[in-house]
Amino acid sequence: MNLESHLRSRRDAGAKLLVPYVTGGLGREWHEVVRAVVDAGADAVEVGIPFSDPIMDGRTIQEASQRALDLGATPIGVIDVMATIDVPAPLVVMTYYNLVARLGHERCAQHLSQCGVDGAIVPDLPLDELDGWGDAADAAGVETVLLAAPTTPDERLRQICERSRGFVYGVSLMGVTGERNELAIHAGEMGRRCKAVTDKPVLLGVGISTPEQAAQAAASADGVIVGSALVRRLLDGGGPDEAAAFVRSLRVALDSTPAVA
Amino acid sequence: MQLEPPGPEPVGLGRFGEFGGRYAPETLVPALVQLEQEFRSAWSDEAFRAEYAALLSSYAGRPTPVTECHRLSGQLGLRILLKREDLTHTGSHKINNVLGQALLTRRMGKMRVIAETGAGQHGVATATAAALFGLGCVVYMGAVDVERQALNVWRMKLLGAEVVPVESGSATLKDAVNEAMRAWVASVESTHYCLGSAMGPHPFPWMVREFQRVVGDEAYRQCREILGDADPDVVVACVGGGSNAIGTFAGFVDTNARLVGVEAGGQGLESGHHGAAVMRGVPGIVHGMRSLFLQDEFGQVLEASSISAGLDYPGVGPEHAMLAATGRAEYHAATDQEALAGFQLLAATEGIVPALEPAHAIAWVAREAGHAIPAGSTVLITLSGRGDKDAAQVAEMLGGLE
Repeated sequence: MNLESHLRSRRDAGAKLLVPYVTGGLGREWHEVVRAVVDAGADAVEVGIPFSDPIMDGRTIQEASQRALDLGATPIGVIDVMATIDVPAPLVVMTYYNLVARLGHERCAQHLSQCGVDGAIVPDLPLDELDGWGDAADAAGVETVLLAAPTTPDERLRQICERSRGFVYGVSLMGVTGERNELAIHAGEMGRRCKAVTDKPVLLGVGISTPEQAAQAAASADGVIVGSALVRRLLDGGGPDEAAAFVRSLRVALDSTPAVA
Repeated sequence: MQLEPPGPEPVGLGRFGEFGGRYAPETLVPALVQLEQEFRSAWSDEAFRAEYAALLSSYAGRPTPVTECHRLSGQLGLRILLKREDLTHTGSHKINNVLGQALLTRRMGKMRVIAETGAGQHGVATATAAALFGLGCVVYMGAVDVERQALNVWRMKLLGAEVVPVESGSATLKDAVNEAMRAWVASVESTHYCLGSAMGPHPFPWMVREFQRVVGDEAYRQCREILGDADPDVVVACVGGGSNAIGTFAGFVDTNARLVGVEAGGQGLESGHHGAAVMRGVPGIVHGMRSLFLQDEFGQVLEASSISAGLDYPGVGPEHAMLAATGRAEYHAATDQEALAGFQLLAATEGIVPALEPAHAIAWVAREAGHAIPAGSTVLITLSGRGDKDAAQVAEMLGGLE
């Protein structure tokens, strides 16, 4: 499934986009969690391939990654399971560059493509270092989503939006992933700045933890990514049902948000 | 004192051969670009260089001497010279780098620094510079290291720094770097990350090497004086991230001296419990740089193991990876046990108690005298720090001395 065209068509139909994050390999039921969140209204799902040293992740996803690694999760293992998840929504992997480089650019891109993975997010591979992976991913039809940050200057923001595939991932605060009590003041501006320079779907992520925050963030963008708040529920023993209930609450909140004018 | 001219810049986005680069989260990229520009302009600015040189001289106590080790030389059948970074203010080479970065922090208008630390030497040096410049300071330190380096933790607090124990992963230097980077992502607009080794994303490996090259530049001139316009046959330094070694090598890379980096052999390279990233690592991308890392077949970073917190790191700076690839420098290892013996050897023969990190360099030279180092060779060893911080740990390991 093409990530960008799927998200565009949902957006153009008037929906706010919702992309939950699930740590791959976190418990035996993790692929059931992916199915459940799609049933509950996710427009795409981000699957984390756990890495030993996740520098863009806060405590919750660090802990989930470590637990998944302790349970024996491997990059190829997670991707292979994704091939068996038959859902009417695109799947995107989120991981760190060392795992991609260790597999090799071409081999990694082709394996993702063969397993039906539509996109990839590699937060420690910024625009300037993208070439080798970016070319391999393009050739294999894997859409590489780039991150834009509150610190990104205007001209660079334009280049990032131009080079990003699938959607643009606007980092909604100064910091790493994790739940926050309030939506950061940067979120609205991040959404508006990205929207001003691209027609691609713009999703805000990092620190969006509650239905209220999701709705608030989505007011300035096309949608949101919610990770730690969902993963914490899984760490606390929740399974597909709890995940679905939380995602449904996000969906309801987003559906009551008016579209960007 | 007068600084030697700047050394060569890496190519492009901080490339040392195939190593280096700037693999950082987007939030940090603009700050890294700014830091690169500020450092480049400062490093060619005579006023900045003069202020840095004056601090090195009046505050850090440079130049440090080169000491000829007569008794140790006699025992090993070599001519051994020590570059005495242990005699700097704060007791290790780390001060050279932090004074430069503190000046840059002020130049960038930032009022706060954060740092990672392993043995605590870089943390103490950063806290010292922060006190000197009136900057806020937070140091991230693995919880295991907080335990084994209690004296340095106390010193940092005395100097006004906040010390944050890091519990994640192996709770050592690698995890302290992770946590410092995460903290920087959250505070980059007001805060400079005072990275302590010649590693990390561009421009750190280049900038830290330039701030440490004073070690090698001084030693080069001092050796010429002592040796009658000759260079040492072998130049040896310990390598964790590799800043004292890269600074030392910078002064000798254009000579015919053999350059030797000594890594942490831990419980032996075959045991799997060591910190020898050059000898046993493979190329990867971690902590913002492409370099050599101890990692498993999937690319998960392995825990390093070393008696010395400062060498307990599963990677190495990218310039070392390049020097190893081109063969200009060679890398060997000394085990925990050998380092302990080296620690005692230097104390007993020369009255100098080394830190456990350079004790690895001493140990390798002692082991290889007459073997990999031909008898009669002249050997310069950088004594990167003093052993006070390790006294309690070593006392516990060795028990009562007879």
